[in-house]
Amino acid sequence: MNQSMASRRQRYWDLRAAGNFIGGGTGTGLIITAALAAVVGAPFRLALALGLGFVAAGLSLVWLEIGKPWRALNVFFHPRTSWMTREAIVASGLMPLGLFAVATGSTAAAVAVALLAAGFLFCQARILRAARGIPAWRQAEIVPLILATGLAEGSGVYLIAGAHSLRWLAFALLAGLLREAAWLAYRAGLAGTAAAAPSLAVFDAAPARLARGAQLAGLGLIALPLATGALGVTFPGITPWGAAVLAWAGGALAALAGWGVKALLIARAAFTRAAAIPMVPTRGGGGNPCTANLAALRCGRRVRSPV
Amino acid sequence: MTRYVMVADLRRCVGCQTCTAACKEGNATPPGVQWRRVLDLELGTYPDVHRVFVPVGCQHCANPPCMEVCPSTATRQRTDGIVTIDYDLCIGCSYCIMACPYDARSLVDRTEYAFGETATPAEAARAHRRTIGVATKCTFCAERIDAGTARGLVPGQDPEATPLCVNSCISGALSFGDIEDPTGPIATLLAENQWFRMHESEGTEPGFYYIWDKGKL
Repeated sequence: MNQSMASRRQRYWDLRAAGNFIGGGTGTGLIITAALAAVVGAPFRLALALGLGFVAAGLSLVWLEIGKPWRALNVFFHPRTSWMTREAIVASGLMPLGLFAVATGSTAAAVAVALLAAGFLFCQARILRAARGIPAWRQAEIVPLILATGLAEGSGVYLIAGAHSLRWLAFALLAGLLREAAWLAYRAGLAGTAAAAPSLAVFDAAPARLARGAQLAGLGLIALPLATGALGVTFPGITPWGAAVLAWAGGALAALAGWGVKALLIARAAFTRAAAIPMVPTRGGGGNPCTANLAALRCGRRVRSPV
Repeated sequence: MTRYVMVADLRRCVGCQTCTAACKEGNATPPGVQWRRVLDLELGTYPDVHRVFVPVGCQHCANPPCMEVCPSTATRQRTDGIVTIDYDLCIGCSYCIMACPYDARSLVDRTEYAFGETATPAEAARAHRRTIGVATKCTFCAERIDAGTARGLVPGQDPEATPLCVNSCISGALSFGDIEDPTGPIATLLAENQWFRMHESEGTEPGFYYIWDKGKL
């Protein structure tokens, strides 16, 4: 049996697990955007309810993935060090308080829910960061990336929900630019990590390039009606109705791009660490095993390990 | 204090996989799951190449990342350093598998036998339904250690109290024992040879040592 030292794609977290990060990111981003809407006096209850629905859908998907779903309550047992436990604890406060805010329309409750949503999103980012067996998740820049993409997805969905005023276009554009910066920082970090080479290959392949293209196109589609409205710049064919369509499409692309990147990050680009052998053994009988035609096999030499 | 560790002498290992077979037989792990593996590595570029056999498995880290992330506290560490999984607490979230830098954990979600529908005698005797849907890994044969020490035997020296992989090793490459015993064979072995541990930069302090040459570090 020949067992390779190469890393391999993890096979335990599939698209259901990715769904938790997609639903959690989009949902919490939408909840935060809805809370901002509540603060400025805009309608927010529908968006808040939708955000809670995304979070609940994500949690349901991960519940379907675990090996012992009827023991799911054991997830609460380890708050001292486990970010998964902390995520569950925050979620258990987020859902009832969110439903209360939706039912009552209370701005204060919406702001409190947004704080919990931010905490939930942070927990999700730290769940990946704590996975020391997966170099692509272990990267420090994964935390700002997960936070920024959650906000970009949520603000994008808010545009889809019909909020096309300049304020929300600007917010979605800002979130998208933040995600762009976080993505570039994450890629740069991965490029400096030898163990992440297989993950980089995934991010260089066509599906990832498509997601990234959608991300950039979404930014452009959001920027166009924003420039039209805020700066008074006119573009041929951009009517108020056309601007709304552009904002809708831009929001959709912002969300879809984030979902695509997360699906790739969890299910395709997550490779295990390879075995690390810093020294090869000294072998052979007699006085010096490293002589004659074995001279090239210098004993005890340090080898260049992929990790 | 006691801390049980394993030592693999890479100069001695011949890659025969007897340890793998002994573990498989003794623990009746399902197809595709091997708690003790021996990597067969080819390193370098022709003509400067090396072939190395590296026994791997759970490293029973002093700072186990699997235990840190486990949401259910199913993964624990005994006072003798052995990292365990409580199969009745584990929810099968696989998070520990993602956290292990040594790729040492597995999870299967259905009962399977090595030869189709019928269990082999070893599987019939030792495979447990409660290991389906939960994380599993090498236990350093903790049951053997506990049963042996209860009879006054010494793990690593008395076969009845020693992990099966160590007992089966044909070349004496694998050693096991208490590293905290300053006059014990493990402490002596590590003092007289040069060794490394895998992925030490992660701060896990693995309990698995790889000897690669004689002489002090």
